[in-house]
Amino acid sequence: MADVVVEHGRVARTASARKRTGLHNALKRKSTVAFFLTLPLILLIALFVLYPALFSIHLATLNKSMQKFVGFGNFTFLFKRETFWMVVKQSCIFAVTAVFFKALIGFIVAHFVHNIPAKGQRKWRGMLLVPWVIPPAMSTLAWLWLFDPSYSAFNYTLSFFGIGPINWLGDAAWARFSVILVNVWYGAPFFLIMYLAALKSVPDQLYEAAAIDGANWWQKIWFITLPMMRNIIAITTLFSLIVTFANFDIVRILTSGGPLDQTQIFATYAFRVGIESNDIPLGASVSLFMVPILAVAAIFILRDVNKRGNES
Amino acid sequence: MADVALRKVVKRYDDVEAVRGIDLDIADHEFIVLVGPSGCGKSTTLRMIAGLEDISDGDIMIGGDVVNDVPPKDRDIAMVFQNYALYPHMTVAENMSFGLRLKHYPKAEIKARVTEAARLLDITDLIDRKPKQLSGGQRQRVAMGRAIVRNPKVFLFDEPLSNLDAKLRVQMRIEIKKVHQKVRTTTVYVTHDQVEAMTLADRVVVMNKGRIEQIGTPNELYHKPATRFVAGFIGSPAMNFIPCRLEDSGGKLNIRLTDRISFPLPPARAGRYNALPRTDKLLLGVRPEHLTESNAHLEPGVETFDTVLDVTEPMGMETLVYFGLDGTPVCGRVNPNAGAKDGAPMRLAMDLNNMHLLNEETGVVL
Repeated sequence: MADVVVEHGRVARTASARKRTGLHNALKRKSTVAFFLTLPLILLIALFVLYPALFSIHLATLNKSMQKFVGFGNFTFLFKRETFWMVVKQSCIFAVTAVFFKALIGFIVAHFVHNIPAKGQRKWRGMLLVPWVIPPAMSTLAWLWLFDPSYSAFNYTLSFFGIGPINWLGDAAWARFSVILVNVWYGAPFFLIMYLAALKSVPDQLYEAAAIDGANWWQKIWFITLPMMRNIIAITTLFSLIVTFANFDIVRILTSGGPLDQTQIFATYAFRVGIESNDIPLGASVSLFMVPILAVAAIFILRDVNKRGNES
Repeated sequence: MADVALRKVVKRYDDVEAVRGIDLDIADHEFIVLVGPSGCGKSTTLRMIAGLEDISDGDIMIGGDVVNDVPPKDRDIAMVFQNYALYPHMTVAENMSFGLRLKHYPKAEIKARVTEAARLLDITDLIDRKPKQLSGGQRQRVAMGRAIVRNPKVFLFDEPLSNLDAKLRVQMRIEIKKVHQKVRTTTVYVTHDQVEAMTLADRVVVMNKGRIEQIGTPNELYHKPATRFVAGFIGSPAMNFIPCRLEDSGGKLNIRLTDRISFPLPPARAGRYNALPRTDKLLLGVRPEHLTESNAHLEPGVETFDTVLDVTEPMGMETLVYFGLDGTPVCGRVNPNAGAKDGAPMRLAMDLNNMHLLNEETGVVL
């Protein structure tokens, strides 16, 4: 009897030891640990990104009253509307122009800041980041006052030079210029800080070697700085392109898409048709249309980044 | 190719003087090595020659022309950096030809020069690779190739072998010497490694605290150091410095190291040191290779003494022995078969024909 008890105990101990070893081994594997560590984020993404995305796809296939499945009906309806194609065009112009100027200004200012002695640099970095850290809804309200046609600071200043008054937000061309200007003002500091970090990572000795090789300042930028920063430039551009394409608050506050939908972009147009016109499935279809455009851009940019990563 | 001259060159950073008025003449085709401990101003001097640092005072001349305000690109120099500073996004060929392309050389000439430099450095097979795909030694060759293709007046090397392992360092040292023998370009080479300095240089410039301690051929520095710093810096293991005093005994000039150890000086040395005051605080400088095991046939000027060894270090071809003379640690080099053992007594011989006598306070070799 006593023997059996001992045997039982041994069997039980062996089984639990085996189980423990299995778990222990699994935890020892780096991939398992990595998975568990990222699990909270995966769950959050699933809840707040994946679910709404799938739900919007589902919404886009319904009719206005959300009672009937219409398949691609909403999309075919949109494709026939001139306003929609105008929104596509405007979104592309808005995003590409704004990102280009953000990148250009960020690059130039990053160089200036990089050349400021370390002592005073922090102060400048802090000040130049201000536009990016103020909530855009707040700062855009300030811009709204600056753009006011009758008593704004801009028109008042221009009046001294005999210019104006300019109808900043009422004239289609000026309204487009204004929304892009505010977006550039808001987004350039992001490029500045990314480029500044990239500039700091370029070894000084490369510039010294280039100086000895006979490069002037422009050749140093063209042959050293830009190639060394290519990956950062590509990733920052892609990130900014996505955010700018999906911009809502600046256009909504400044022009609400007007005059006559001429500053309407995807997000504001989706809001107009989805919320204001109470056709949520159509709004979902408009916003979903951004996905393929951004996907194409992302594939091109990231493929290039991967290629360079493999080269080096 | 050209000569290089430094006249009272000073470099100040705020209140700190990194280089304190150095004068140096480097002849055409010469290979000069600036050597010294960290912070002695050798790299700053090189960077001033390159034009990467402004000069606070004095003149630098390349080929007879003062180049104080000439930017690096117009000085017609080439520099090899410690971490190679190869452009990571360019291939080996592009790295080497970068300077020529900027100067709009004809494509055929660029190709010819790159091919020739690659052949000289044995990197022809690597020409299409990126720097990341190369080993440390290969990168160093490419960095040298980049300097060679430009056919500059002066080569500047800033501790080029510091990032390589010991074996590769020896190999590259020989490569650099071979390359210089072939291209004969005036070269200024900075290192903190005295072995590199001794093996590569036509003349070595020993620097300390922003000043030149001594300029001379490797042999001169080794056998006739001017100061205690040079005597201690050049040679490995370093020269021993033993407190001593001169004594007259029986009509002969003796050197007393401890209460029980006193040696008569060889006639040549006695004549040289006879005029020195006997009270001076002096140091006897003797290199480890002049402290060997005693044997039956002693040359004139070689004196023996008994001591107890503290530690021995068998190196294979020799054994280093460490012992104390009145508390001063001393190192000697003995034959591995001489029977040196830790803690054991041993009779050693000191070759006074190769001794140095130093003023302890000023550090000057007398």
